[in-house]
Amino acid sequence: MHIMEGYLDPMWCVVWFVVMAPFFIIGVLKLRKIIAEHPEQKMVVALSGAFIFLLSSLKLPSVTGSSSHPTGTGVAVVFYGVGVCSVLATIVLIFQALLLAHGGFTTLGANCVSMGIIGPFVGLIVWKLLRGAKLNAFISMFGAAAVADLMTYVVTAVQMALNVTTSAGANFAEAFADFISVYAVTQVPLAIVEGIILGMFALYLSSARPDIFELADKNGINPFSTEV
Amino acid sequence: MSKNTPYYIIGFAVIATLVICTLAFVNGEFGGSDDAGGEEAEKWGFEPWTGNWMENINFEMPGETESFLFAVQAAIGAIIIGFFIGQNYGKKKALAGDSQTSEE
Repeated sequence: MHIMEGYLDPMWCVVWFVVMAPFFIIGVLKLRKIIAEHPEQKMVVALSGAFIFLLSSLKLPSVTGSSSHPTGTGVAVVFYGVGVCSVLATIVLIFQALLLAHGGFTTLGANCVSMGIIGPFVGLIVWKLLRGAKLNAFISMFGAAAVADLMTYVVTAVQMALNVTTSAGANFAEAFADFISVYAVTQVPLAIVEGIILGMFALYLSSARPDIFELADKNGINPFSTEV
Repeated sequence: MSKNTPYYIIGFAVIATLVICTLAFVNGEFGGSDDAGGEEAEKWGFEPWTGNWMENINFEMPGETESFLFAVQAAIGAIIIGFFIGQNYGKKKALAGDSQTSEE
């Protein structure tokens, strides 16, 4: 889902940075509040980031004959919401852009919006719906993580389609269909794998640290809330 | 057997089946879909206006180094997750030890 350096028109680079900014700022404020008021939560914050680090580095083969990677944002968004998730995703994106030249700095805003904001936000809604239906931690996390992963790639397809529509005169619907076939179809089996991995971890947490789920269930879906 | 064990067994079995069957039965080069997205944009007539910072300074990272750095990234995540699991296990064990001592 990483849009590579130079593959977004400068206008779109700015637009996506502007979209990303408020979520990122709220996320930084919320993180500071969590660390100041609940220092015992530091380890869980690190754990949320660790899943993004680990899963987004795994390039897995897919049924389309190409490879892609999961995003790992399910845990972060379920426990701390969209703002914190965007900050953790940005750290990983900067690591990859700086050390691996994977993704890019000009496309950081767009990549953060897809991987750290919109994708996880939809995943969070799924989590709330499934928990509201009294489903267990495995199924709820499976749904949240898989949808967050898949939506990340849908958003990337939208971003790329918008880009070629405005700068190369393409038809948006045709371009979107083209990009979605490149990104999202490849991603379906990987989203299932990610859902299972994070679902199993949620199951482990539900018996080892049930207190973490009380926190997750208390969190609202408002991405602009700094309440902890 | 804990009540969660069937979930873990089925979960790992599904992941293994998906990955192994894909590698065994799908013909493909398994190139990255991120790169494929860029190539698709070029097909639509979009020309990239800059390369990544390494290209811009004419530095080409060897494939081995790239794999190493991806492994470092994965290791950072795995170490933190492993630490968290170990810490919980240690706490649980210490609590169990405390309650046993107080019973005695």
